[in-house]
Formats: sequence, structure tokens, C-alpha cells
Amino acid sequence: MNKKPLALKILDLVSIVLLIAATYLSIFVAPMERVMGNVQRVFYFHVGTAWVALIGFIFTAALSVIYLATKNLKWDRIQVAAVEVSVVFFLITIILGSIWARPAWNTWWTWDPRLTTAAVVELVYIAYFMLRQGLDDPNKRANFSAVYALIGGLSAPITFFSIRLFRTIHPVVIAGTNAEAEGSFSMSGGMLQAFFFALFAFTVIFIDLFWNRIRLGEAQAKVEEMKINAAY
Amino acid sequence: MATKASHPNSLSKKEAAIGGYFKAISAIIWKDVRAEFRSWELLSAMLVFSLLAILIFNFALELDVKTRQSVTAGVLWATFAFAGTLGLNRSMSIEKDRGCLDGLLLAPVDRSAIYFGKFFSNLAFMLIVEAIVLPVYSVLYNTNLFQPGLIAIILLGSVGYTSVGTLLAAMSVQTRTRDVLLPILLFPVAFAVLLSAVKASGGFLNGADFAEISFPINLLIVYDIIFIAISFMLFDAVVEE
Repeated sequence: MNKKPLALKILDLVSIVLLIAATYLSIFVAPMERVMGNVQRVFYFHVGTAWVALIGFIFTAALSVIYLATKNLKWDRIQVAAVEVSVVFFLITIILGSIWARPAWNTWWTWDPRLTTAAVVELVYIAYFMLRQGLDDPNKRANFSAVYALIGGLSAPITFFSIRLFRTIHPVVIAGTNAEAEGSFSMSGGMLQAFFFALFAFTVIFIDLFWNRIRLGEAQAKVEEMKINAAY
Repeated sequence: MATKASHPNSLSKKEAAIGGYFKAISAIIWKDVRAEFRSWELLSAMLVFSLLAILIFNFALELDVKTRQSVTAGVLWATFAFAGTLGLNRSMSIEKDRGCLDGLLLAPVDRSAIYFGKFFSNLAFMLIVEAIVLPVYSVLYNTNLFQPGLIAIILLGSVGYTSVGTLLAAMSVQTRTRDVLLPILLFPVAFAVLLSAVKASGGFLNGADFAEISFPINLLIVYDIIFIAISFMLFDAVVEE
């Protein structure tokens, strides 16, 4: 096993610092929203995690294409890492959104198109792992996961745009207005600062986790190989 | 490992190749239909299951006149979706169990011809089941489901559902957890198809304006095209050994 590179160690530390700083900014520095009060602070992490998760899902679909074109198992390991980290971030997005929706919409969950598609996207990638579990042959597993992630990847952009196609009550805070949205607001200076800092922080945290997960995948592949060699 | 059919460059040979392609597709459909009419195991399972599903929905939702109006489309599509996975799973596991898939892969035809053959035969079985369920539902609940709009939606929805379902069934039968995996893989992916099919069917049944249902219909058509195109491109990666 090769040693953990110094850059990754530094990145680990930087991510921890950024997470603490983003928390501090969104809780203590950003001004309180007038109508919703403190619960609006969830928004910074909600969008931050959603941002990296959706980028991760789109990236995953691109990795499917690269894997199917090259058939190099390296891309499969990278894809698993991307999906796993994105699934966790997206779950956090949904839970945080739920926490915000309880006071803002007076319900934990509503079958709004945006929420529904988010749940479906999450289920697609959970199904992705169930598919992987049922396959032992690494090449076949990589093939099938690439195919499934590509099909599933079609649903991630639709989630993002569904808010503009359907009538929805989910607010559009960035670049757009939604007359029917409930719980909409516009951001002031301090809020924008906290918001963009959270986006930046989660991007770095995502890259850090992603990198660590790729290394874990490489270690797993090595263990599998050693097991096969020991058996024969 | 089967070699792919070569694609000759001259025009007459190319035409012959295209003719051969359609011949290969129809041969696979014919094989499936003949096998089915000898054993009846697929259609009978799907049919009995559909009728049982309607029976259960009847008591679960208490389908009186009032509720029926709002939930008929949902009941129909839930029934079709569940019966559809049953059929897709069976149709592909027959191929896998008896080594038939390997035989098909050895045949000197393009792999996508195998996909289209399986897709059309799965679609045919699903449509047969739907063609029997619709009159039964109409009689049981004293409603007329034979509206051209509704039938067109059922056709569009079934095309989208079976096109991606055939691809995913080809994957799921090769896994260890094959009996349970297909619905888990298929439902989240086919969700948009089912949703727009339910919306459009409900619109037709309740006599809504066309402007109101044109969006789900367009979505349905877009999904049909995307799913057929993507399955056509990816089937090769799923069946290769």
C-alpha cells in the first residue's frame, strides 16, 4: 500500500477547517432572515451539499462514458467513489431541506415535483449499489454499473430543471424567480458571503472525500487481487 | 466470444445487411411468441397477477364511483408496471437459464438486433396483457376505458417502460440477486415514464383539455426516444462475456 500523499493530508486538514469556518459563517456571521428566522441558516449547507452532489452525479455519467469507451477498471473505481460521496451529500441535502420545510412549509415532506425527483435520483443511486452487490466479476460489475449510472444520470439534470418546467413551491434563489414559491427570499451581503463560502467549502470537502474514497477503492481492488492469488 | 457481423460497403450488400437485420429481429420475436404459445407461462402469470392486483386495489382503495374517477389511471399503471416487471424478468431469465442467450450471442447478427427482438416481444406480451385487463376493468367498474387517447398513452407508456426494462432485465438476470433486483433498478429509472403516463391517462379519463395533458405526452415521447436510443447503444455492453 502506497503512503498517503502529503497533498491529501493537507487537503484533509483544509476541509476540516473550511467546514468549521462555513458553519461559523452561516450561524454567527450571516444576518438572520426576517421572515423565517434562524431556520433559514440551513439553506447554506442545503445548497452547498446539493451543489456538489449534483455535480458528482453528472460527473458520474461522464465517467460511465469514459469507462465504456476504455474498459479500464480505474474509471470504475473513480465512478464508485463519486457515486458514494454524492449519495451521502444528497441524502444530507434532502434531510436539511426537510428540516427547513417543517417551519417554512409546515410539513416535513410534500410531493412537490422537485422533492419527488430528488427522492427518485437518490433511489437510482441506492439501486446502483444494490446492483454492484449482486455481481462478483469485477469487469461485469464495472460494465453494468457504468450502464446503469448512465441511464440514471439522465434523471439528475431533470431534477435540476424540473423546478422550471413544473409548477412547484420550491424556491429558486439563484438566477430566477418563482412566483408560486413559498419561503423565497433575496440574499443580502452577509448572506451571499456565507453562501458562496459554503459552496466553496463543500466543493473542497467533496474533493477530499472523493480522493480518499478512490484510494480506498484501489486498496480494495488490491485486496481482491491478493485473495485470488492466494487461492490459486 | 462471438464475432460481430461485418458490414460490407457496397450498396446491394448493405441493403442485404439491413434486410438481414430485420430478419434477425423478426426471428427472435417469432421464437419468443412460439415458445410462449406452447408454454403460456409468461402471459398466464402476468394476466393472473394483473387481475389479482386489481382485486387488491379494489379493497385497498375502496373503488367506489367517486374515488374511481381520480385513481383509475393510477391503478391501471401500477398494475401494468408490476405485471410488466414480472414478464420482463421471466422473459430474460428463460434466456439465461436454458443457455439460450449464449446461443443468440453466437449468432452472426448485430447485438442490437437481439435487443430489438427481445424488446418487441416483451412489448407484445405487455400489450396483450393490457388488452385483456382494459375490458375486464371496464366491465368490473362499469366505465368505458376504450378511448383512443387513453390507448395511445398506454402504447407510448408501454414502449418507454419495456424499452428500458428489457435492457435492465438483461442486466439483472446476470446478478446473484436476480429475482428481486429488476423492480429496484427499473422503477426509479422508469419513474418519469410512469408519472407522465398516469398524468396523461388521468387527463384523458377525466376529459381534461388537451393543452393540459400535452406536456406529459411530450415528456412521454421524449422518454421513449431517449430510452430506446440509449438501450440500443448500451445493450452490447450488457451482454458481452
